[in-house]
Amino acid sequence: MSMLLVQALNGLQFGVLLFLVAAGLSLVFGVMDLINLAHGVQYMLGAYVAATLGVWTGSFWLGALLALPVALLVGLALEWLVFRHLYRRDHLSQVLATFGVILTVEEATRALWGSAPQTVLEPTALTGGPLGGVEIVGGLLYPTYRLIIIGVGVVVPLLLWFLVERTRAGMLVRAGATHPAMVAALGVDIRRLFTVVFAFGAMLAGFAGALASPIFPVAPGMGDTVLILCFVVIVIGGVGSIRGAFIAALLVGLLDTIGRAMLPDALRLVLDPSAARQTGAALASMLVYIAMAGILFFRPAGLFPGARA
Amino acid sequence: MNDHPINRRRFLTTTAATVAAGGFGFTPSILRAQSPAVKIAFVATLSGPGAALGTHLRDGWLAGVTRLGNQLGGRAVETLVIDDELKPDVAVSKVRAALERDKVDAVVGVVFSNMLQAIVRPVTESNTFLITANAGPSTVAGKGCNPFLFSSAYQNDQPHAAMGQAAQDAGYKRVFVLVPNYQAGKDAVAGFRSRYKGEVVDEIYVPLSQLDFSTEITKIAAAKPDAIFTFMPGALGVNLVRQYRQAGLAGIPFLSTFTVDESTLPAQGDAALDFFTAATWAPNVDNPHSRRFVQEFEAAYGYVPSNFAAHAYDAAHMLDAAIRKTKGDVANKPALRAALESGEFPSVRGALRLGTNHFPIQDFWLCKVAKRPDGKFQTETVRKVLTADTDSYAAACRMG
Repeated sequence: MSMLLVQALNGLQFGVLLFLVAAGLSLVFGVMDLINLAHGVQYMLGAYVAATLGVWTGSFWLGALLALPVALLVGLALEWLVFRHLYRRDHLSQVLATFGVILTVEEATRALWGSAPQTVLEPTALTGGPLGGVEIVGGLLYPTYRLIIIGVGVVVPLLLWFLVERTRAGMLVRAGATHPAMVAALGVDIRRLFTVVFAFGAMLAGFAGALASPIFPVAPGMGDTVLILCFVVIVIGGVGSIRGAFIAALLVGLLDTIGRAMLPDALRLVLDPSAARQTGAALASMLVYIAMAGILFFRPAGLFPGARA
Repeated sequence: MNDHPINRRRFLTTTAATVAAGGFGFTPSILRAQSPAVKIAFVATLSGPGAALGTHLRDGWLAGVTRLGNQLGGRAVETLVIDDELKPDVAVSKVRAALERDKVDAVVGVVFSNMLQAIVRPVTESNTFLITANAGPSTVAGKGCNPFLFSSAYQNDQPHAAMGQAAQDAGYKRVFVLVPNYQAGKDAVAGFRSRYKGEVVDEIYVPLSQLDFSTEITKIAAAKPDAIFTFMPGALGVNLVRQYRQAGLAGIPFLSTFTVDESTLPAQGDAALDFFTAATWAPNVDNPHSRRFVQEFEAAYGYVPSNFAAHAYDAAHMLDAAIRKTKGDVANKPALRAALESGEFPSVRGALRLGTNHFPIQDFWLCKVAKRPDGKFQTETVRKVLTADTDSYAAACRMG
């Protein structure tokens, strides 16, 4: 039972990371109707910048903090250079152009940092010592850093909800998503609004990358695997819905983790051990996609269809 | 998502050409007048997720050639660096071009076994020598051994078996096994179990795209094994090692193969300290040839050489010694083959010889990750686990 609790924590923590990446993607998709494949690259850049600045300043936390404005600036620059010209184009052009951004940025990263995984400082406690772990149940140690990630996963969605639902800027964003012409007619610079939303999404992705850097390897292509899972999250949650992205991210995180933890053992009841292990492992890695197919069958627009869907 | 061939290929061919030109374009004209240069095609994975290993392999070869004064056996050498992009069809077409258009005298390198399997026929059927500096699949070590194929590295199963022997010697009763769910992962388990006779508490297979190991780490913590055995190459290993340390499991001995080495240690850092690996060589191996290799390699490339680099460095010396024996006549294939078979060349591993299947018969070491006084990380030999080990496929080889 305690095992299940720890595995659930693992799933939540993975889900939170997925949410942070998916939130920005979903926001941009929902508000601007822009398919941004390059979102994974922004996640990767966040991790690289955090890693490099962390080593440079000698503190992981400082590096992660400094990565935020850098990610924001990169987002602004990319928006100005590429994305601005895509808002009115069809989805195919957007996919092509953003895929081009992936190739360019990945190759540039490789040229700048090389293809080997990067050095990342371990996050330290406020006292300067190692973070260590918290004993949860039955002597199982849970890394404190992962608990911090779960904490972030509680704070950020609340903050996002507050921003979008309770502030004037959020109101404009919501209005801009559904009635862009009307909002423009009222004297709001819709273009600037889109720039801000895009840069904010990029910053969220960069933040997720920075947060993930002590756990996942910081290497070229690190954004690709996450991006695929994020699209699954968005499709399950409903395009453009932050709430849907949150629930779907946790669902995907939990499903993936619990599946990996339980399936091989569960299959042992009906198969011989070595077959159970391998089928279980294969099945567990498909579970998320099977779930997506199932949800799409019953709710083609996802769990929480957003404004545009 | 890793499929972006055109741009990357173009970019890398340019880089490779620049590297080759930078290293070898300026062969002294006196040498060129004597005889045309020996042409070597050096194949490695230099793009995509496996690129870090390919870089080690290529730099090891270049360091070897530089050490030999840009000559092999007294003849000037020209290296054509080929990026196989980890795609069998790309590897074959590029190698074919090197054989037919550039008329290379030998093909060296190859990080991944599936790349070697793709090019082994085109190369050897054109009666060109192929020296693998890393990949050693069972298919070319046993029944499929080939008169034109030589290895300066090892057969794939050997490091895993060496780790199995190390676990057996250490008296571990319960070992937890964790590997990726693909052929090489299954081979690793088989290799480990061929020499480890204790209980395997659990075997977990994870997908190659695995990001988070928390599920598996929780299982390991709950099982409380005497040690774990794992094979997690590249970024997977960076992931696992850091998460293992963060979860406070470092008290459980971490036995591994291709998981902690000089290609991943810069990213793993302190998290990998005292973790174990099995290898034929480590940068602390104390003989003059090896010391000089490490020193010159670090000066030239700015990082600590791995086994990959060492085996490619040895490949250069292997070819050098053989060509010298034939007095520079690379066209005399029977003589060159006999010279290569003698296995007489200075190796950073000390003395070794070649078996009937052209794979080295050599010692295997248990190695441990250590931090050097200059703050860099490297693996260091702990004790010799296997002495003059022959791979298990050699017996099936009938060389034509």
